[in-house]
Amino acid sequence: MTAKTTVKSGSFLSGLLRHQIVIPLAAILLLTLFNLIADPSFFRIKLGMTNAGNPVLTGNLITILDSGSELAILAIGMTLVTAASGGQDISVGAAIAISGSVILRILCGPPGAYSGELQAPIFVAFLAACAVSMIFGAFNGSLVAFFRIQPMVATLILFTAGRSIAAWINNNKLPIISDDRFSYYGGYLPGVPIPTPFFIAVICFVITWAILKFTNLGLYVQSVGINEKTSRLNGLNPELIKFATYVLLGLCVAVSGFIKVSRVSTLNYSVIAKDIEMDAILAVALGGNALSGGKFSMSASVLGAYVLQYLTTTLYKFHVKPESLSAYKAVVVILLVILSAPAVREKLSSLVKKLHSPASSAGQSA
Amino acid sequence: MSPAPFFYNEMKVNDMREASVLEMRGIYKSFPGVKALQNVDFTLRAGEIHALMGENGAGKSTLIKVLTGVYPMDAGEIQIKDKGPVQIHSPQQAQQAGISTVYQEISLCPNLSVAENIFLGRGEGRLVSWREMNRKAGTLLDSLGIRVKPTQQLASCSIAVQQMVAIARAVDMDCRVLILDEPTSSLDESEVEKLFHLMRDLRERGVGIIFVTHFLDQVYEVCDRITVLRDGKLVGEYEIENLPRVQLVSKMLGKELDDMADIKNNIPVYSEESFTPVYEAKGLCSTEGIQPFDFYIRCGEVNGFTGLLGSGRSESVRAIFGADKVTGGEVRVDGKPVKITKPIEAMRCGLGYLAEDRKRDGIIGDLSVRDNIILALQVKTGFFKPFSKAQATKFADEYIKLLDIKTASVNTPIKSLSGGNQQKVILGRWLLTHPKYLILDEPTRGIDVGTKIEIQKLVLKLASEGMSVTFISSETDEMLRTCSRLIVMRDRRVVGELTGDQLTQNTIMNTIAGGEKE
Amino acid sequence: MSNTALQGRGKPQLRLRNMTDTNLLTMITIIVFVVMYLFAVIVLKKGFLKPQMLLNILNENAALIILSCGMSLVMITGGIDISVGGVTALVCTACAVYLDKQGGNVPMAILLAVGIGLAFGLVQGYLVAYLEIQPFIVTLAGMFFARGMTTIINTDPFNVAHPGFVALKGTRITVPFLGSYNKHGNYISAYIEIGVIVALLAAAVLFLVLKWTKTGRSFYAVGGNRQSALMLGVNVRRTVFLSHLFCGLLAGIGGFVYFMHVGSCAPSHASGAEMNAIASSIIGGTMLTGGVGNIIGTFFGVVSLALIQQIVSSVGLDQAWWTGITVAAMLCVFLVVQSVIISRRKKANLTAAAENTR
Repeated sequence: MTAKTTVKSGSFLSGLLRHQIVIPLAAILLLTLFNLIADPSFFRIKLGMTNAGNPVLTGNLITILDSGSELAILAIGMTLVTAASGGQDISVGAAIAISGSVILRILCGPPGAYSGELQAPIFVAFLAACAVSMIFGAFNGSLVAFFRIQPMVATLILFTAGRSIAAWINNNKLPIISDDRFSYYGGYLPGVPIPTPFFIAVICFVITWAILKFTNLGLYVQSVGINEKTSRLNGLNPELIKFATYVLLGLCVAVSGFIKVSRVSTLNYSVIAKDIEMDAILAVALGGNALSGGKFSMSASVLGAYVLQYLTTTLYKFHVKPESLSAYKAVVVILLVILSAPAVREKLSSLVKKLHSPASSAGQSA
Repeated sequence: MSPAPFFYNEMKVNDMREASVLEMRGIYKSFPGVKALQNVDFTLRAGEIHALMGENGAGKSTLIKVLTGVYPMDAGEIQIKDKGPVQIHSPQQAQQAGISTVYQEISLCPNLSVAENIFLGRGEGRLVSWREMNRKAGTLLDSLGIRVKPTQQLASCSIAVQQMVAIARAVDMDCRVLILDEPTSSLDESEVEKLFHLMRDLRERGVGIIFVTHFLDQVYEVCDRITVLRDGKLVGEYEIENLPRVQLVSKMLGKELDDMADIKNNIPVYSEESFTPVYEAKGLCSTEGIQPFDFYIRCGEVNGFTGLLGSGRSESVRAIFGADKVTGGEVRVDGKPVKITKPIEAMRCGLGYLAEDRKRDGIIGDLSVRDNIILALQVKTGFFKPFSKAQATKFADEYIKLLDIKTASVNTPIKSLSGGNQQKVILGRWLLTHPKYLILDEPTRGIDVGTKIEIQKLVLKLASEGMSVTFISSETDEMLRTCSRLIVMRDRRVVGELTGDQLTQNTIMNTIAGGEKE
Repeated sequence: MSNTALQGRGKPQLRLRNMTDTNLLTMITIIVFVVMYLFAVIVLKKGFLKPQMLLNILNENAALIILSCGMSLVMITGGIDISVGGVTALVCTACAVYLDKQGGNVPMAILLAVGIGLAFGLVQGYLVAYLEIQPFIVTLAGMFFARGMTTIINTDPFNVAHPGFVALKGTRITVPFLGSYNKHGNYISAYIEIGVIVALLAAAVLFLVLKWTKTGRSFYAVGGNRQSALMLGVNVRRTVFLSHLFCGLLAGIGGFVYFMHVGSCAPSHASGAEMNAIASSIIGGTMLTGGVGNIIGTFFGVVSLALIQQIVSSVGLDQAWWTGITVAAMLCVFLVVQSVIISRRKKANLTAAAENTR
């Protein structure tokens, strides 16, 4: 009787452990533990005032929620692309530069003509950025889906050209938008103490959740990613689905770009969203999704993005230079991939079995 | 590099003909749930071409993989002439023991030249002497009568030449046993002739050749002896003169010629009024190289394609479903002309297709049983109309119950189910779409006997409810039990259609074997 | 039989089909380079007639040639290494700090550079070959690590003042007969930097290794078909490991050559160098799928890339962004051409097979 219950609870535990969301959750736990021990004041949240006299919340946790937004939004698209095509889009950083440049171009009019007055409603600029980003997404998608070029290499093209295109759109000018309304989206809405990007990320996540709930996107993408041949025989069009995921990623890029530009009211073509593609890929991997495609968990990816931001903020807290962050991240990545490598996993699981077998036989005899 | 020791004189060859170059005794091999080989003996003489025959699951590919060190054997002994008992644990060890294999899927590097492919990974020294290598390769290829330039890139050669290059490599590596695993399935007649010429040449030099093929004509054209396997057991070893074609087929299928009692009783009789063709095709052909064929099926009829493996039966139904690229033919569904070039179009016309290769074309391994069951219907219903989880679970539960699928829950990934249950899940997937016409390609392969009978019963029940079913199976008695009409295929063309009284083991085997009159 | 079938199809096609993929793609690259250069000489004139123009391309891109050679090697084996730019920056910073702040000497600095490269190659090669982790992820982490380490060692850019190094950096090797006369009629001799010699040497050695040694051929075999290579008796893991090791080594050497060219250190050095190296390799006819490629092609890939940038800027499109856009456009064209050539070849083989069965 007792043996039976142990088996049951054991299988429940192992079931939970097998779920991929356990990876980002464990990472959060570790980081929290580390911060609690090292410096509990990390978690303090204070109510402050902006220069304009609006009440705002400040603190490391708020920073994480705020700065992790763009990454979380990108992780949504990157998860879909990874799942369907078994590869990653490395051009998202460059594409963000393009979409940001488009927004500036629409809001400020022709290069050099900006006089401080918005030339178009912000909404229109946002839609234009969405359209442009989706076109570039379609470009990547068609190279991957129809020309069958490896995703990483196909997107290398836009990676190379993206920032140059962004500079070209505005003739290398960097107009600064002085309209307060524009800075709401990357800062704070008047009277709301929580940063707006967090709300945008939540909205994106809810929309994605709704799409996954009310369409077959998830089923189709996973089917294509796991077994293209079977998917075709069941009436799916694998090329079209892969293509579509890249277009959707384009949409996510536009939203992230919008937030990024709004944060500083301008953009620097060569610096904006630098290396964010690597972070987005890392977020997907941290969420426990296979980078070779197939099954995915959207919430795990998004959580992975915030874990990454958590790590970044923690490192900042301990006075790591922003430029040196990548070295620490690299160590995390390497540990992660080594632990998840099949060769290592096999050895680990056989080790666990060895440790377990005397214990379980003891349980049975009891 | 030692020179190839194949230039024996006449007398020596005669001596070697009698001596066995390879002996396998009491080979056992099992996989979880399957006894793939049970006490199989196999003897190969020097200087003979020996056909290894058997249908699906007979164990011939397992036997070859044991011999080439891909699988370790559970029990048994392998002896090579002059080397005594050998232990073979890897393809490399097999090669050292003088056993070379040429697979249907060419295992050479397509981006390298012919000469490089012959000499890659061999010989001493660190440097490559291109001139020397090309000269040696040229001499070798000439001596074997293979007309190809050593410097040509392998990918630009035809499949036949690629195969012959693989053989040349094997020959140059001092092989005594050459295994040819279905080398002819993608060759045309003149290419096959060239290959046979090469095989005979090697036979004269004293090489023992194991030839695996599905083409009976070729067996009788080139082989000296035949070993037949069935269900992992040895059926027998025969001199080619002593085994007429029909008997070979009967031994492969495991049916004695007059073993046809009590089968006919089960064949359902159809009333005349159900004679409207649900599906009709004229001159259908696809890129997979089947001859254009005509086909029709009536409402509530069960018919089948029969023929040995590789005869084109699967390619035919794939063309019907639009799974391969269709290159010609007119198709009517319910009398109306339609175009079926993609599976989704076939599905919209009310067709369903359970593919032969379950792992490659059937299951979506990581997805749950529920998702696997609803997939086809879901795709048919449309992107914007997903089933709710409750609805999907209801569908899945319905078919889990109906087909008695053994699974822990609807959430279990399908890849963790047994083969038979996976097959039932996929069957459930297609039944859920309520097709007018269902194609089942080897639905009973690799599953236990109980499930096989269940599936056959199910097919008959569906037909009695008005569904049309095309049923393909390697086991003739299954076909006889279920089908009222059989289309017989050989060498990628339709060679006959059997109905009524013609539906006996004898006629089927005679039609499959063809050619030879008795 | 394909030979007889082919002879019916006309001669030019026969020759193209008989050509190996590697040679075909290399030939395309060389033709493109020559056409571009002729175009520049005839239409743009300006400086393109002067040999120093070409030599300057070499001077500017010596490091990139070395990095691209390593990249091609990894790509031929079927992998990718995106850490080379990071390693270059790390080498620059490490050597600069060692020379100026630790009072080191030049030979030890060179050893340091090579050691850093080898260390990266060793670790990455082990992870890719023996633990079978995707090369993209491993070298991505390598890039992160190298860039991060660079800033941990030193963030502020500075010019190296070490006398021995400055002398080395300033060394110019005069090339006889290629000089030209300036406006005033004075003879200006043509020159190259030491880095160019190193680059040409590295390229030549690698070319010989790939062409004439068994190890070299096994890189192609593994890239062509890993499974087959294993069956044919190639030690696949060792080969993959070696490819990363060599690539790391070349990244170390390339890093030092880059350092000799710029003579300074900064965290932003060689940013995007990995992508330029990949682009050069692809333009030079190395296939991403592995098994096809050639160092001569890679060399021409690098110079083509540099030449088109020169052309674009002398046409008048001298804004900075045109460089990125032209490189990307060129990359795009070459990728699509590769994809089309390969799929057409496959189709040709397929139709041949279909004809056979009929």
